[in-house]
Parts: sequence; C-alpha cells; structure tokens
Amino acid sequence: MSEEVLLEGHDEEETAPVDELAVSRRWLLLKIGAFFNAVVGVAVAVPVVKYLLSPAKPDGAYKSWVSLGSIDSFPVGETRLAKFTNPVGRAWDGETDRVACWVRRIAQEQFQVFAINCAHLGCPVRWFPQSGLFMCPCHGGAYYADGSRASGPPERGLFTYDTKIVDGDLQIDAGQMPTLSNTAQLVQIQNTPGGSPCAG
Amino acid sequence: MRRLKVLYEWFDRRLQLGEPIKEMALHPVPNKTASWWYVFGSAAFVLLMLQIVTGILLALVYVPSAGQAWNSLNVLNHQLTLGWFLRAMHGWGSNFMVAVVLIHMAQVFLFGAYKFPRELTWVLGVFLLLMTLGMAFTGQVLRFDQDAYWGLGIGASIASRVPFVGNWAVHMMLGGPIIAGATLSRFFAFHVFVIPGMLLAFACLHVWMVLKLGINEWPMPGRIVRRATYAAEYHKLTKKDGRAFVPGAVWKDAFFSAAILAAVAVCAAVLGPYGPGGRPDPTIIQTAPKPDFFFLWLYAVLSYLPPSLETPFLLIAPALGIAGLVALPFCAGEGEKSWHRRPVAILMLTSIALAWSVLTHLGTFTPWSPKMTAWSGGSPVPVRYTHDASPLQRQGAIVFQSKQCRNCHSIAGVGGQRGPALDLVASRMTEDQLIRQVLQGGGNMPAYGKNLSPSEVTALVSFLETLHPANEPPAADASRNAAAVLVTPAHQ
Ligand code: HEC
Repeated sequence: MSEEVLLEGHDEEETAPVDELAVSRRWLLLKIGAFFNAVVGVAVAVPVVKYLLSPAKPDGAYKSWVSLGSIDSFPVGETRLAKFTNPVGRAWDGETDRVACWVRRIAQEQFQVFAINCAHLGCPVRWFPQSGLFMCPCHGGAYYADGSRASGPPERGLFTYDTKIVDGDLQIDAGQMPTLSNTAQLVQIQNTPGGSPCAG
Repeated sequence: MRRLKVLYEWFDRRLQLGEPIKEMALHPVPNKTASWWYVFGSAAFVLLMLQIVTGILLALVYVPSAGQAWNSLNVLNHQLTLGWFLRAMHGWGSNFMVAVVLIHMAQVFLFGAYKFPRELTWVLGVFLLLMTLGMAFTGQVLRFDQDAYWGLGIGASIASRVPFVGNWAVHMMLGGPIIAGATLSRFFAFHVFVIPGMLLAFACLHVWMVLKLGINEWPMPGRIVRRATYAAEYHKLTKKDGRAFVPGAVWKDAFFSAAILAAVAVCAAVLGPYGPGGRPDPTIIQTAPKPDFFFLWLYAVLSYLPPSLETPFLLIAPALGIAGLVALPFCAGEGEKSWHRRPVAILMLTSIALAWSVLTHLGTFTPWSPKMTAWSGGSPVPVRYTHDASPLQRQGAIVFQSKQCRNCHSIAGVGGQRGPALDLVASRMTEDQLIRQVLQGGGNMPAYGKNLSPSEVTALVSFLETLHPANEPPAADASRNAAAVLVTPAHQ
C-alpha cells in the first residue's frame, strides 16, 4: 500500500457557473421528481394499508353457527363446560383455535351459553355448582348461575352466545372473542343483589 | 505496529470516521459528571445490545407459530445444550433493562438533566422507555404459555374499551377474531423487527445527542439554567473544571456495565429461565393468569378501581402520563437543577416510587383474587372451631366449607383474602347482620339468598355465631335487649 490520494469532495474548488435559469430548472425537476414519488407512494400505500387493516371486520363477519354436540350431553338444571373449535382459523393455530364455554340447560329446550371470558378483563371464569356462582381468578368478579353480575369489578353479566337447537344438536353463534365492544346485550335480569333467579 | 498503522490509514482514508470518533471521545466533560450516578444510561445501552444478541440466538431455534412456539421453548429448555441459559439471559436481561431504564430516568429527573438544551434527549428517552415496556410485553407474549394467552385476553379486553373503534382495535391487535396463530405472528414481528428497529435507531440518536450536547453538569444549588446563557456557562465549566470523556468519565461506565452483565448472568444461571408455564390451551381453565413483574402494578390498579372508573382510567391515564412526561422539559426547561431546591420533584418521585412498590407488592400475592381451590383443596375447618359445637353448628361449618365461602374468606389463616377473615366475625356482627350479609351479599360479596335453603342459612349463621374469642360474648343487638326488657314487665 503506497501513498495514495483519494478524491475529497471539498477539494474541488471550481464553482459551477451561476445561471439563475439553470438552477431554477434543476429545482423544478427535483420538485417534479418529488411529486412523482408522492404519487407512486400513495398508490403503493393504498394496498399496504388495506392489507394491514384486513383483520378488522365488522361485528358478525367472523361468526357462524357451531355445534356443541347433542343436547343430551347437557343435563337439565346443570351447567357444564363445553369446548368447540373456532369456525375461523388457520392451520398453524395449534390448540389455540379451541374455545371453551359454559352451557346451562335451564329446561328441556331452553339453554343459556356463556362465554368463558370474564366481562372484566377476559380471564376464564369457573363454575361452582355448590354455591351457584361463577368466579374469576383474576380480580374476583363473580356471577350468578344465570350469568348476571353478582359482585366484583365486572360492569355487566357474562357474555352470552345466541343458541339454537338443530336436529337435537345444540348450536351457538360463535367465532370471535367476546369483549365489551362486540357483545353489547346485557344479561342482567334484575339489578338487586340476591334478587336474580338462580336455578343452578 | 507500523503495518497496523498503515492498515488503519488505508481504511480511515476511505471511511473517514477516525476524526469524528476521536473528537467525540476526547470532548471535555465537567469533572463532577465522572460520577457513579451517571452510569445507568450506558448500562441500559449495553443491556439493549445483550438483548439483541441473545434474542438473535434464541430466534435461531424459536418457532413463531401458535401450534409450535411452546414446544420449541421446551426444546430450548430441555434438549439443546445451554438453551435454557440463553432463555434465562434474555429473560433476566429484560428485567434488568426495564429496571435500569427506570433508574436512569429517575436519576435524570432528579438531576434536572432534562432541562435546556436537553429537552429532546428527554423526549426521546420517554419513547425509549415506552418501547422498552413494549418489548417486555411482546416478549411475554412470545413465551406462548397460559399466562401469555390470557395476558393477551386482558390486552384485548382493554382495547375493546376504546369508544367506537373498540372492536376494530381488538381485531387489529389479535390479527383476527380470536387469540391464535395470527396473533403470535404479529407479536413476533413487533418484538423482533418493528420495536427493536425503532429502539436501536432512537437509542443511537439519544446517545448522539448526549455526546453532542455534553453530559449534564452536576447540579449545584443556585446555579440557574437560562436559555440565553447556559451554553456559554457549560462551555466555560468544561474548560475550567473538565476532563476528556475518554478515559476520564467512561471507565466507570465500563465497570458498571460489566457488573450488570455479570449480575444478569448470575441471575440467569442461579434462577433459570422463565417458564414456559402451562400449554396455551384455552380450554384448560384451571389457571390464574398473572402478568410479568413490571405489569403487576397495573394488574393491582385494575382490581381496586371502582368499575365505573375503569374504562376512563385505562384510556385516559396512560395518555395523560405520557403527555406529562413529554411536556415536562417544556414546562420546566429552565431554573434550578439541584434537588436541594426542588422539593416538588422529590415529592413526586418518592410518591410514584412508593405507589409503584406497594401496588407491585400487592400484585405479587393478589389478595383480591378468590382462592379457587380453598374450599376443596385446602384444609377443612379446623377441629378446634367445631370441637365443642352443637350438631347444628357443625352442619353450618360444612355449609361454610362446601359453599365456597372460603374462596374469599380465610379462617384459621387459610382461604382467600377477597373478603375479611372471619375468625372473629361474631364479635363484630350480630345474628341479623350475619343473615343479611349472607342472603343479600353486598360490598363485593355475592348474595347467597337463592342458593341456600332456610335450614342451611340457620346452620351457617349458627356456626358463624361461634366465631368470637372465648372470653368475649358475640355481638348482640342492643335495641333488641332493650325491647325485651321493656316488653317483659308489661306482659306480667
Ligand atoms: C366472591 C367472594 C366471596 C364469597 C364467595 C363470599 N364472600 Fe363473604 N364477603 C366478601 C366480601 C368482599 C366481603 C366484604 C363486604 C363489605 O366490605 O361490605 C364479605 C363480607 C362477609 C361478611 C361480613 C364480614 C365483616 O366483617 O364485615 C360475612 C359474615 C361473610 N362475608 C360471610 C360469607 C359467607 C358465610 C359466605 C359463604 C356462604 C361468603 N361470605 C362468601 C366476599 C365473599
């Protein structure tokens, strides 16, 4: 490696001829170039944004009727845990496409199906048949057998799924995680504590 | 040696980095800033490097798929040589990084280092803190176990409270209608590409500004920051009472960073990696989800807020907090730096630290959560409570146990803490009050009215009536006694 001299920008002392017109022409060209980029940018951004927003769908778009099995597997007067596979899923979901819910069979043809998620922060509530209560392990929300709020931080009762019976099968309208923003109907039957019908 | 110099010159002629680096290293800093108080920023940067390196090493094995992530973590833990150690380094590195960033921020606040002309350095620092917390949360999600799954559920429930666009926010967060494969993929992208990229760029900019604007001088009471004169004063200080940044100030940073790295390694080796906990199977509901250490305070806040205040708090408080932090250097950009003259700053810092520690402490043992198995898994009502009891009272003890009262109430120190301990309840409540509490509930207790037969209530309350100290009678309704006294003579 012998001594070498590299070009250094600031050594070029020769100044370009000052030509007002040429300068403004260059600036104009640059401005057109920038505008061109902006147009292409917007054109490319539209599909990108659409792609990004694709998971957001209106309430109901994800939902469909799912079978929980024969109604005979749910004894009248009891509340049982049921599991189903979410109707919308991907091959690599693993066990996470499984969903649990609480099925309460009030009478022969009368069902109530509650989401597993506490209306407070979505933790899984557990059913205690002895005391007829659902309790949440996270912050202690409690609900009565009919899903109405009993005590604790939840603002409302448990989320419910719509149900129907088809050929002796219990079906629910499911497909998305129930939250305060997509399951608006309130389950609360009576507001007074202790005054709610608890058949559990 | 000569050959090395030639090699260096060959490169430097092309890179042209030697001069600016030398200038940066040798710039004078005030003598007193070569202090052990000034080492946290560099330590945070070193921890960031550690996280990047260990993170890349983990990514060599980790599978970001909802179906396989948990398995790949277990392979790392149990089958790959020292895979557990790298997981532990990354996990503990994260804890240390959050802690060091918080300490760094508290120190900067206390030393008034956010004041003119370092406002933007502070603002970038606020974003760096947010991104560090973002990394901690997304990292917890990548440890795709039960806690991660239900933690996402908590996140989605919070997002759903945003007015009007709640449902949209939930779908965007989860990448679909439920917590599943799409959710993990997007959290992986955020944890591995988006946030680290921004974090690194912001951190470099942050360091650049620290070097260019000079390290904050040691705050002296009475030395007032003024926009007009500060730059000249700082310049004079570094001339009169300064030293070169390298090696004068930097050797302490080097020592401290090495010590922190060693501490991370020791914690990792001794305490091991975090989880993964139970399988992320949403149909396994026997679980009590809990966030990682740095989010426990929030978990605690959410249990103590009245329901009606929760949504406003969740949506407004973070925005206000961040706005306050960003606004700080613009509201208090001049004036005293010394904590001797800033009592409000000290008060704020100590009260935040105190509130944070109390809430975190509560979050570690969650007294507000019912103990789901206290009625079945724990010990039954101890014999000494029922030894001299009547059959009715013993029946009541059984009702007490079997109706899950103990999930929320402890007796003999065993049981939940959601409601008060009931060992001495009869000395503070009369029979009528007990009946009322059991039937109607209230104050965070469910009403048992529809779930106890009249005979069960009688038995239960007669058992509760025995819960008083031996030398003290149970509470009684004084007006009833008075009525009895008044009524009795009239009858005769
Ligand atoms: C979901 C949790 C929960 C369950 C289950 C529960 N309690 Fe309570 N209980 C509470 C809370 C919370 C309070 C405090 C109420 C208040 O502050 O007014 C309370 C208060 C009480 C009190 C009044 C104590 C005092 O010192 O003020 C009694 C007595 C009581 N409960 C008995 C029972 C009995 C008996 C059962 C079972 C049949 C039961 N509780 C089940 C949560 C619960």
